Amino acid sequence: MNRRRFKDLIVQRIMFILCCFVISILFFIVMGLFYKASPILAIHSLRDLLFSSTWHPSKGNFGLGLFIVSTLWVTAIAIVIAIPLSLLTAIYLTEYAPKRMREVLKPLIDLLAGISPVIYGVWGIIAIVPLISDYVMPFFSERLTFFPFLSDNYTGYSALAGGIVLSVMVFPIIISVIHEVLETVPFEIREASLALGATKWETTRRVVLKKARPGIVAAFILGLTRAFGETMAVLMVAGCSLHGFPKSVFDTAYPLPALIANTYGEMMSIPLYDSAVLLAAFILLLMTTLFNMVAWGILLHIERKER
Amino acid sequence: MEAKSHIKVRNLNVYYGSAHILKDITIDIPEKKITAIIGPSGCGKTTLLKCFNRLIDLQDNVMLTGQVFVDDTDIFDNSTEVIQLRKKMGLLFQKPQILPMSIYDNVAYGPRIHGLKNNKKLSEIVQHYLQEVSLWEEVKDRLHDSAARLSVGQQQRLCLARGLANEPEIVLGDEPTYALDPISAEKIEKKFLELRKNYTIVLVTHILRQAKRLADYVVFLYLGNLIEQGPAEEVFSNPRDSKTQSYLSGQFITSA
Amino acid sequence: MIKRRKLVELFFVSLMKVATFIVVGSLFYIIITIFIKGLPAINLAMLIQTPKGGYYLGKEGGILNAILGSLLLGISSSLLALMISLPIVFYLNIYLKKASRFALIIRFSFDVLFGIPSIVYGAFGFTLMMFMGIQASLLAAIITVALLILPIMTRSMDEILKTVPFELKEISYALGATKLETSLKVILRQTFPGILTAFLISFGRGISDAASVLFTAGFTDLLPYSLFKPVATLPLAIFFQLATPFPEVQQRGYAAALVLTIIILIVSIGSRISLKKFTRQVLK
Repeated sequence: MNRRRFKDLIVQRIMFILCCFVISILFFIVMGLFYKASPILAIHSLRDLLFSSTWHPSKGNFGLGLFIVSTLWVTAIAIVIAIPLSLLTAIYLTEYAPKRMREVLKPLIDLLAGISPVIYGVWGIIAIVPLISDYVMPFFSERLTFFPFLSDNYTGYSALAGGIVLSVMVFPIIISVIHEVLETVPFEIREASLALGATKWETTRRVVLKKARPGIVAAFILGLTRAFGETMAVLMVAGCSLHGFPKSVFDTAYPLPALIANTYGEMMSIPLYDSAVLLAAFILLLMTTLFNMVAWGILLHIERKER
Repeated sequence: MEAKSHIKVRNLNVYYGSAHILKDITIDIPEKKITAIIGPSGCGKTTLLKCFNRLIDLQDNVMLTGQVFVDDTDIFDNSTEVIQLRKKMGLLFQKPQILPMSIYDNVAYGPRIHGLKNNKKLSEIVQHYLQEVSLWEEVKDRLHDSAARLSVGQQQRLCLARGLANEPEIVLGDEPTYALDPISAEKIEKKFLELRKNYTIVLVTHILRQAKRLADYVVFLYLGNLIEQGPAEEVFSNPRDSKTQSYLSGQFITSA
Repeated sequence: MIKRRKLVELFFVSLMKVATFIVVGSLFYIIITIFIKGLPAINLAMLIQTPKGGYYLGKEGGILNAILGSLLLGISSSLLALMISLPIVFYLNIYLKKASRFALIIRFSFDVLFGIPSIVYGAFGFTLMMFMGIQASLLAAIITVALLILPIMTRSMDEILKTVPFELKEISYALGATKLETSLKVILRQTFPGILTAFLISFGRGISDAASVLFTAGFTDLLPYSLFKPVATLPLAIFFQLATPFPEVQQRGYAAALVLTIIILIVSIGSRISLKKFTRQVLK
């Protein structure tokens, strides 16, 4: 065997080991968090931990209910805002925008994905929170005194603020995935529909969107998981108080990631505290991974079918 | 007396960017006859077809000069309604282009977008046109299955039914038997011969035998130029141009 | 009838334009907000001094500690991630066959890793740190951020290498080159701008994330001087300083936000330029 071949073989081995290393990272993250979370699971039942909302670490109460509900609430608000706007933008980008316009819009939307979560938080504090406390909240509190608008939190730091900031953060993910999915729809079926005398919108709505539906769902799921796990921006604008379940879009919310971020400083001092917080991280890991796998599965399926 | 011309092409030029695709084409396509557009690939046949229903509008970077008249209206005129124009023409592609919906919905698609909401009428239309293309017996028990599960031959007949359900005057075929097995291809060909009674048919094909079997009128294009046009018997038995002669006899066309 | 159908279309296209305007508008809204708040706060002293006048909450000085810390952290973690991901993507695209099961497993692992929120990486990094017996430090932050951006970098490099035409490899093999030689001399050179793009995107991610370094970097008023000592970063500076009630300290936060945004803008434009170069050079 000559030296060149030998070198090639050695490098190949190293590459293989690196690949195994990466796969093991995944394993270590899952096992590491689970191992650290297990002490609290040994003492409290999972049901209590997930559904109880009493969070009183110094008294040994570690109910994560409030945080889980807050996560879902903020994510729901974000998704309700982001879905229609992203879908419409992606359709415009793919089907209607002139080529020149598309070449300008695409990088701008990508740029949105690159902005720091903390910057989003700053923007939320400066622009969105006052907007809610000074305009949105007064407007609604007089006219719509029912769920989910009734609240006594007038600060602006609220689930809604978190949801709005989050929705902007997930725009680029949802838009770029939908854009890619729409581009895989063959040009010829658009032609077939247009040739029958359909307008471009009719073609888009009845044919293109229908064909792309699984991919669009996958895009929404990817956006949703991103919103699930986002920490800093939400932490900065959602209020994060232990006031109990959010019952209004104007109430404060305290999602799981914010809990993890907030309690790290103090958790070493109280028994089981770190275990509870790492359980929160573990739950977050499981939820996001599960949703992501569904989305990737759908997208992989589409990619295969196209070949 | 000659049949009336349904489509009239006058001095049509098409450019894609700097490429000159169709050069000064003037053709008369007779009403209720089968007109075959023949020629080697890359000669602009498909482009010509896409001019008729203005699908050419979808291409970037296209420039057109000249005129095309359908029923004596200039289709490139600003006042021409593209939707109406396209409704007048059914189009078959090389590969059957099934819409992502059920068999029933594929046929009902045209009538629905043009405003028909009555379900009973829609069902009648669906049945009628599926019978028209001899597909009814094969699919009547699974009308609401996805059309993608049909065989390619069945899909192409479904596409034909879908086009006819729009009640067009003209049927355009862009090598419609290209992707089909011989038996399915024959079914489509026979259908075309039947349809000739009621429709003007324009068929792009590179299969000479098919043109000979079906065509009443032949247009021969070569590298974007119109070389020859005329009644089928004349062009096939007695071509005037040497290029047509070479093509028909299967030889290279040498530019003399 | 046709008029109505066209009105419907017009209505929806208008909705699309409004939506696009909101999406793109929010980008400009964010950038303008940061500039309006940041520009008055920024001056030369802010850029070349460390915080002064008291422990953490001092009212004087600048943000040099965070700027240097962020750059140092961003560059080292991106290089660390590059050392792992570059061999892996070459292994995936040159050594393994397209339909390889192992390749599928690796790509799937990266997809999963990609979706894990940065706070979870932070929690894991913290656990790892405790396990290894080191305290919050530059080193711990580098490891955590490298883990965070590893999937981002690998996936974008993978996309780049996937576009390399098979013929290019074939020609090289036909000339008698080994896979390693092909990788380094042909593919790497061909795709360099694309790899640079992936590197810059990951660097941007690494430098702008706070949740992963919240517990692993610690925070300090000092300039970074040791791998084993805490380090300040721009996102952390923004987060901590805006949370204080002192306007002077908040000013530092706004200045840090502006600096971070400018860095991100530069990195984005850079990655865009090298991507353009890549598409022109390789894909034509």
